[in-house]
Amino acid sequence: MAFTKNISQVDSGLKSELEKKGIVVTTINQLYNWGRRSSIWPMQFGLACCAIEMIATACARYDIARFGAELFRPSPRQSDLMIVAGTVTKKMAPQVVRLYNQMAEPKYVITMGACAIAGGPFIDGYNVLRGIDRYIPVDVHLPGCPPRPEALLYGLMELQKKIDSQEVESAEWYRKDLKREYPVPDFGPNGLVPKFNPEVWQPREEDFRRERYGQPILIGKKNKAPNLDVVTVPAAAAKPAAPGAQTIPAPAPQPPATEAPAGKPAGTGSI
Amino acid sequence: MDIEKVKADILKGVGSVPLKTVRQSLLVEDSKDLLAVAKFLKESPDYRLDYLSSATAADYLEYLETVYHLYSMEKKQGPVTLRVRVKRDNPKCPSLVALYRGAEFQERDNFDLFGIEYEGHPDLRRIMMWEGFDGFPMRKDYQQEDSEILEMDDVDWLDKNGVKVPETLRQKAEELKKQGKRAVAERRAEDKS
Repeated sequence: MAFTKNISQVDSGLKSELEKKGIVVTTINQLYNWGRRSSIWPMQFGLACCAIEMIATACARYDIARFGAELFRPSPRQSDLMIVAGTVTKKMAPQVVRLYNQMAEPKYVITMGACAIAGGPFIDGYNVLRGIDRYIPVDVHLPGCPPRPEALLYGLMELQKKIDSQEVESAEWYRKDLKREYPVPDFGPNGLVPKFNPEVWQPREEDFRRERYGQPILIGKKNKAPNLDVVTVPAAAAKPAAPGAQTIPAPAPQPPATEAPAGKPAGTGSI
Repeated sequence: MDIEKVKADILKGVGSVPLKTVRQSLLVEDSKDLLAVAKFLKESPDYRLDYLSSATAADYLEYLETVYHLYSMEKKQGPVTLRVRVKRDNPKCPSLVALYRGAEFQERDNFDLFGIEYEGHPDLRRIMMWEGFDGFPMRKDYQQEDSEILEMDDVDWLDKNGVKVPETLRQKAEELKKQGKRAVAERRAEDKS
């Protein structure tokens, strides 16, 4: 996400000099965005354990009110920000999309935690949606399982940066040619119909790890980290190893030797 | 509780019922006897197993199994585990709702995820998945959809809702439809063997 700062025509040194004399020079954009980013109203809406962290963020210790976002509204019509906090099941996904459609412009979405981003540990589940970004556009992806309250505050600050970078003339919610409502998926015989909205999200063409490991690595279908496996890399695809990088051992039918902890002396037995 | 003693008591109380001990649980070999066995365990003064803690199921590929865990709140004892095996192609099993009201939702859950039909259940329909969902996802042969590939249903739906579908995704969906196939997720290597 590239942020463009509002570039004022007035020299910043002159500006601060003027401010000392009680004269404030600003632009409409700066003023408008300052107002918007300092008073984000999130939607009171939690799906799983990430919601607990969200509640903690709203409480006195972490105090999201410092950023002007303490007013959690129970209605989508009154909120600017949807924090998708938790696992989005396939049964819940249509409701989440509907809530997004019902929000008033300008609206923003933070996906909180691994589940809301991509399904997290439940990615293989028959009942779990692999990320809410399949149906609605997401502004800030916030990884963690669950993210700590500090992380949510950081995500909010990133969102404030994004709001700061927007301009009134080109704001997407004023444009007529951009879609800001997304169709609500239906329940189908095997899952949701459609599986994703190609205007919002599309699958990767090719799994980049195929080239790296010389074999297809299925997403989320592993029992151990793939780099513990001894893998033969085809000579054509092999790239020169970076200096200091671990060399790949020759393929041999032996248990993965790389598992041995390096910091432990060899002779240490059980305590 | 000593499972052999429980078995002997049931045989004494109910009559000759084919029972088998599987580790620390009782296998009721003929599912028709389940109600009688559970009724005896609930009402016998020695056991008074008045609390059904869980009614769950398992898929053993050759057969499906329902497992009941019974406890006694009155005598502070338990659990007694009852197993009932049902055929995969005709998974019918008597319901315990008449004896234990708490079995209602749990048996519905088993019906939803394993497809075991409980006879005598007052309201047997899906509880977690929606109506119109095909298949029973906790069965081991359940084929999960590949959520990265659009099928023709999805493409039709997107067309209907005015969403642009990229040509590559549309072609793949048409190809699948021509072959009469469904986009199914790949299984793990150990599951295949």
